[in-house]
Amino acid sequence: MSVVSELRRTARSGPSRAPGRAPLRRGDGRAAAFFLAPWFAGLALVTVGPMVASAYLSFTDYSLLAPPEWVGLDNFARMLEDARLHNALRVTFTYVLVGVPLQLVAALGLALLLDRGMRGLPFYRSVFYLPSLLGGSVAIAILWRQVFGVEGLVNAFLAFFNVPGRGWVSDPDTALWTLVLLHVWTFGAPMIIFLAGLRQIPQMYYEAASIDGAGRVRQFLHITLPLLTPIVFFNLVLQVIGAFQSFTQAFVVSGGTGGPADSTMFYTLYLYQRGFTAFDMGYASAMAWLLVLIVAALTAINFVASKFWVFYDD
Amino acid sequence: MTEVRVRTEPAAPSATPAPGTLAARTSALAAEAGTPHRRSPWPARTRSALKHLGLIALAVVMIYPLIWLLASSVKPTEIIFRDLSLIPSELALTNYTEGWNALARPFGHYLMNSAIVVIGSLVGNLVACSMAAYAFARLEFRGRKLWFAIMLMSIMLPIHVIIVPQYILFAQVGWINTFWPLIVPKLLATDAFFVFLMVQFFRGIPRELDEAARLDGCGHGRIYARIMLPLALPALATTAIFTFIWTWNDFFSQLIFLTKPDMHTAPVALRTFLDSTGQSSWGPMFAMSIVSIIPVFLAFLFGQKYLVKGIATTGIK
Repeated sequence: MSVVSELRRTARSGPSRAPGRAPLRRGDGRAAAFFLAPWFAGLALVTVGPMVASAYLSFTDYSLLAPPEWVGLDNFARMLEDARLHNALRVTFTYVLVGVPLQLVAALGLALLLDRGMRGLPFYRSVFYLPSLLGGSVAIAILWRQVFGVEGLVNAFLAFFNVPGRGWVSDPDTALWTLVLLHVWTFGAPMIIFLAGLRQIPQMYYEAASIDGAGRVRQFLHITLPLLTPIVFFNLVLQVIGAFQSFTQAFVVSGGTGGPADSTMFYTLYLYQRGFTAFDMGYASAMAWLLVLIVAALTAINFVASKFWVFYDD
Repeated sequence: MTEVRVRTEPAAPSATPAPGTLAARTSALAAEAGTPHRRSPWPARTRSALKHLGLIALAVVMIYPLIWLLASSVKPTEIIFRDLSLIPSELALTNYTEGWNALARPFGHYLMNSAIVVIGSLVGNLVACSMAAYAFARLEFRGRKLWFAIMLMSIMLPIHVIIVPQYILFAQVGWINTFWPLIVPKLLATDAFFVFLMVQFFRGIPRELDEAARLDGCGHGRIYARIMLPLALPALATTAIFTFIWTWNDFFSQLIFLTKPDMHTAPVALRTFLDSTGQSSWGPMFAMSIVSIIPVFLAFLFGQKYLVKGIATTGIK
């Protein structure tokens, strides 16, 4: 069903093809060249070319004004000593490691509650899904900044119960958590993936289990959960990749600074500052490659770990 | 190979059985059978009512910030924070006129810029991605498996690793502060996500159809244009709606490539608004926030079916 399972299949199997289907005709090379021309051009000019260039730039000092100057591993050595970078990594990892699991738990919980064919299902699905569509927008980030501001909605609520409020986004201890909350708020998209996955579980498994006297809890633990693990895994991989690259929310909520006290300095936000505010393009390129390595490593860890908990029915 | 797959096949049965159908009744029966009475002291009806109560409460919490944003956009700034109610005590539509004219250009100018980027991206994604998808789904060529894997991997590539050289490249051809850096990549099918979405869909279209067309002497061009595309309308609709929403919401690349205020798109303009007025004019800023999310909301309202299917098929965002 997914990019991840496709990749997994491609990596594992021999010739991949829609199973059991003969190709339309051998050798459509010329037609393929035509249909793929834009994609090949894009791959070369917009993706691979810039990747190579960025790999080169990561070994240079480049500010757009003078030609790039080769500095060897200097950028990487600087990264080892850059305390702000280390802080950005810490902030981003906290955001990912807390926000993603919370979001997925919420998504799974809601998907389980929304029974097949229950009354009002389309309504609930829409309401829970809508925030996912808006969550990444500047408008919502502005709203968030207000809601958690000193004079914001949250504090007004607290005042109603005579609880003293605080400046949630201006306090370094809490600013990041408002962003984590924003991430959890967008649980609708993974919820819909879970809903689709739940619909795929054959009803007869449950019927058989209940004939054997299994209660709801055991049905959940022994049927639903194992059969859903590929989808949990898939959601996990994609949400981790996505969350690690979050930018807009932190940028807008902190006014572009990553503050207060660098507490919302996401990795991408720091990369943006180095590259497009300080025009330290060489360093930004080196940072970008570290990002790729981290994302690749996290994905690889997920894949390896999945052997121990993901259940594939094949 | 029997892992969970959802495809937007043209004849795919709807995911949720309509109430009253046999399927719904069977599943209801099964659900009841799976719930021995000792498990809960409450009768099923009470439990169902409690569940709905909880779900509605959660729905209210989820949606409250959005409603509050809407309500606040018509309140005078001084009372926004004193007044938690959703029904404004006094109506200040001036927020909208004030916000509309708060920046160097009327806000409509920035909406128009966003619209241009969106339309360019739509054309690009619909044409280029469906072409690439046709090749991957139906054509036999050397290295197909390898290219397909590369395409899949490019979905997960962080944009940040290519944005710096892209910026340098586009600066050299004089494209900074034009819409080309945002549109041209789409014309070159770099939104591989949509290629994948359409490959999935094309695979679900019976091969007999194009085989018959081939026997009648159709070339690939005509099979693609006359058979595959018309049958793939749901996938094209999904692509169009997602492209629309993501491009409209996109901020990072627009922030980087459009630095001149005249070229700003709605999100970038909104952010300038925040910076220039700070805390002083929440009312007008909320008004423009509402204006900037209305298109997304409408796309959601009218395209929900396709969005849900699209996510279920490919499982992204």
